[in-house]
Amino acid sequence: MPTRTVTVGSSSGLHARPAKIFVEAAAAAPVKVTIRVGDKRPVPAKSMLSVLALGAKQGTEVILEADGDGADQALDGLAALLAKDLDADDA
Amino acid sequence: MPDATGLAGIGVSAGVAAGPLLRIAAAPALPPPVPVGDPEAEVRRAYAALAEVVADLERRADRATEATVAEVLRAEALMAGDEELRDAVREHIEDGTDAPHAIDAAFGTFREMFAEAGGYLAERVADLDDLRDRAVAVLLGLPMPGVPQPGHPYVLAARDLAPADTADLDPDQVVALVTEIGGPTSHTAILARALGLPAVVACPGVLRVAEHTRVLVDGATGRVDVGVDEATVVAARRDAAAEAAAVAGSSGPGRTSDGHAVKLLANVGSAKNVPAADQAHAEGIGLFRTELLFLDRASEPGRDEQITAYREVFRAMAGRRVVIRTLDAGADKPLPFLHQDGEPNPALGVRGLRVARRRPGVLTAQLAAIAAAAADCDADVWVMAPMVSTLTEATEFAAAVHEAGLPRAGVMIEVPAAALRAGDLLRAVDFLSIGTNDLSQYTFAADRMCGELADLLDPWQPALLQLIAICGAAGRETGKPVGVCGEAAADPQLAPVLAGLGISSLSMSPRALPAVRAALARHSYAECRRLAELAVAAPDAVAARKSVL
Repeated sequence: MPTRTVTVGSSSGLHARPAKIFVEAAAAAPVKVTIRVGDKRPVPAKSMLSVLALGAKQGTEVILEADGDGADQALDGLAALLAKDLDADDA
Repeated sequence: MPDATGLAGIGVSAGVAAGPLLRIAAAPALPPPVPVGDPEAEVRRAYAALAEVVADLERRADRATEATVAEVLRAEALMAGDEELRDAVREHIEDGTDAPHAIDAAFGTFREMFAEAGGYLAERVADLDDLRDRAVAVLLGLPMPGVPQPGHPYVLAARDLAPADTADLDPDQVVALVTEIGGPTSHTAILARALGLPAVVACPGVLRVAEHTRVLVDGATGRVDVGVDEATVVAARRDAAAEAAAVAGSSGPGRTSDGHAVKLLANVGSAKNVPAADQAHAEGIGLFRTELLFLDRASEPGRDEQITAYREVFRAMAGRRVVIRTLDAGADKPLPFLHQDGEPNPALGVRGLRVARRRPGVLTAQLAAIAAAAADCDADVWVMAPMVSTLTEATEFAAAVHEAGLPRAGVMIEVPAAALRAGDLLRAVDFLSIGTNDLSQYTFAADRMCGELADLLDPWQPALLQLIAICGAAGRETGKPVGVCGEAAADPQLAPVLAGLGISSLSMSPRALPAVRAALARHSYAECRRLAELAVAAPDAVAARKSVL
């Protein structure tokens, strides 16, 4: 299954604003994407509560996974989003 | 006003407004569990409640004028509409739990995860509780908790306002605030003054007024008239508009109706605040706080950085007085570079000028920077120290100020010991400035941050006024200036009393200045002295306030 390992780039971590932007993008993806930290249980990337509950901070490594048509493209987009600092004003 | 009845509270933010009264709804209590007959119908019921919460949050986000508030509301909507949450609700219902308890349990799971993650997420637990309360309220047919958004102007009533309630407070809809508890320093009072809304606190009975009853709120007198007719409302609005116009039209130096001068000064934290002071026709700066420069610093700000910051304010105030206060931090406001370990009682610890006992270099460096900045500006720079308690401290501080080449040294009166010896202190220094918030805290042994003791921190407390009177008398005797900076200086009704007590300047946030100027201009100096006598002689703060109306 296609996966991407990304380091969270947002200065406040995967919280509030960055989480919202990421979750909305995941919900718009054509495939079901999961996100996990280390060996923990993967959770749906489009679930705001689950993504928040990861407690991912700036520098935390997260693993994205998806399967099906367009999975690679969706993962690339989401990985790029995670790597950016979404707290920055122009994000 | 045939059927109207009056309630009385403490007016904490002047102005008159009227409208239907609406309350902040309380969080709903979970009813006892009931057996589930039709799980599918129960799931639909629960989902519909969550969907209503999402829709409500999105409606409020659409209305929000501030981008940050809108974003927070939309993030909350995402949480309330979460698919995982809905799956968890469905599972609980299929296990035989009714909708309200299933929603409670589903939020409970995330609540635990958030609490475990700690830090930022632990703080978001309150958001989850709020979302749960909203969904449960919908299921029970109760109003959603929080500040109402009826889409028309109204008077907001509450037991007290929590900081969380206020993010959502729309000044276009809320025309006045009335709370059952609280005092002049409560969150409600501070917020109301910041928003320019009339407000009455400590108003018993307000929660028993039927919703949608038309009430008239007078934020100056503390009166709340219940069941007023339209004509009364119109008349009150007309009077309020006339008063507002008189205040807005006031300008020039502060003086009583017969010309006794009371300088009106502004409190600032940096040059950024100077335009507001100018707009209010401030005669100078009565309190330039220098803490801003030192906050969040691992090391002391350098000499050049300090000079630049001070000079910006001095330059902007050329030709006028600027009273600059040396670093007011320490145990109560810890700064990283001071490396102060936890003291058992920060308010009674090493703070203000006392920091110089441990770190004299911080003070001398600051005084040198102030002197350098003052040297190439035209401002009349006065320097004062916070938290002075004894003549020795005052004498040593004055010596340090003069040694730095600065002509005017003063001290703040924030502890009763200093107020009682104001005469002695004034022989050692050039002026006094009374910080009423701290002076109240130490006089009444009531922590400034303790909302429950807000009545003790009321600047109208006669014991506080008596200490101010001692300082004022010392000022008259020595011919040296004695000012007030702090919450009390911003109270228009208290201004004539303070003038009568011998206070020669009032320093406040620029926003408060026009109303204080107008209040002073309405009284002769003889009246001010009489009001001061009445207020000091009053048995309590409420009576003191009433005595001058």
